[in-house]
Amino acid sequence: MPVEPPVSSPSSLVEAYAAMAEFPPARPIAGGTDLMVALTGELGQPPERIVDLWHLDALRGISADGEALTIGALTTYTEVRRSALCREHLPGLVEAAATIGATQIQNRGTLGGNIANASPAGDTLPVWLAMDATFSLGSIRGERTVRAADFWIDYRRTALQPDELLLRIRVPLANGQEMRYRKVGTRRAQAISKVVIALAWREIPGVDGWTDVRVALGSVAATPIRARATEVAMEGRWPIPETADLAAETLAAEIHPIDDVRSTAEYRRIVSARVLHRLIREAGGW
Amino acid sequence: MTIFRLTVNETAVEVDVPGMRRLLDVLRDELALTGTKEGCGEGECGACTVLLDGAPVVACLVPICQAEGAVVRTVEGLAGPAHQLDALQAAFLETGGAQCGICTPGMLMSAQAYLDAGGGPDDGAIRDAIAGNLCRCTGYTKIIEAIALAASGRVVRAE
Repeated sequence: MPVEPPVSSPSSLVEAYAAMAEFPPARPIAGGTDLMVALTGELGQPPERIVDLWHLDALRGISADGEALTIGALTTYTEVRRSALCREHLPGLVEAAATIGATQIQNRGTLGGNIANASPAGDTLPVWLAMDATFSLGSIRGERTVRAADFWIDYRRTALQPDELLLRIRVPLANGQEMRYRKVGTRRAQAISKVVIALAWREIPGVDGWTDVRVALGSVAATPIRARATEVAMEGRWPIPETADLAAETLAAEIHPIDDVRSTAEYRRIVSARVLHRLIREAGGW
Repeated sequence: MTIFRLTVNETAVEVDVPGMRRLLDVLRDELALTGTKEGCGEGECGACTVLLDGAPVVACLVPICQAEGAVVRTVEGLAGPAHQLDALQAAFLETGGAQCGICTPGMLMSAQAYLDAGGGPDDGAIRDAIAGNLCRCTGYTKIIEAIALAASGRVVRAE
């Protein structure tokens, strides 16, 4: 039987902030697809106290203005898949959501949970890095914004203070922005990724080659990462065979994955390079 | 302990349990609905799939505090009042869609959600719908046939 720590279910954000600020430190629960597994005690010390966020409708909803797509932290993968706004503005996120678990997990798991749980294999995390997303964090002290690039600071460690909650994700929508996503796992459903890649770029009329190239990866380091040397190598180039070869070669030299239960360092290095090569080829249509 | 109220198989129920008690344990131990099985207990296998407000979820990952006020449907809610099988259950019987039986309640509930959403006898779509349900007997072919049969509306009632 799993442990059953005390839980409070606040019905407003103000109550939730107060509950998070109490002692002993609490872990928030959203859809529970990670936290409920932690309560089995097989993944280390389970939390002493839990704050249930599920009823906080202020953390739901997807909206878009001319500049950005804003997504509430409690948005489930199923809601992302069904969202016309996500399909229009960020189809790569819809693709990513469809690769996570299967229907049962997609109905409960949330984007905020994926981000705050901070697994290096978190399937949506490279999307946020590649899209230069920012996260709104809130606590009893007020709100602040942190860039995705500054959020995952070490293995399963984030920029969140112990009493802070992730509220919203903001994805800037620049003209000519594109993003492609690919996950490699043991099978198509219910798999934790061996390698996950998001590739983003802009095509600006009158500008030669891709601009603002981003290459972000999961499962190849202690945190989700950006491959900055590979980005520099690709910047200003078109998706032609020479670019794909150069990008793949640069990426293979840049990342330092490890062997673990799901895969080997060598496999991850080779597959990351090949998947990036393929994404560039698909974008170039050759 | 806290009192939680929910509707299970069209009956209003009240349970007095810790808020982090798994919905799975509430169904099996408090409500004696042991049709819902525990397989892995960590959301991998789908054996404990139930419908929560119409959506398939794994009951091992839902704390009861998040099911307050919800409408839950379990495998016991499929058959009619005189225990007559519904079309989906009859289809499993007809095609041999059940072997050892541990995955069957979860398979039935994922399949029921698929049918409720208007799913048809399409092999790929059915495979997607049950991608979160593992059958250790590997009897997927017969299960997919059963769901396709129920979706086609051509089930011979096996009563």
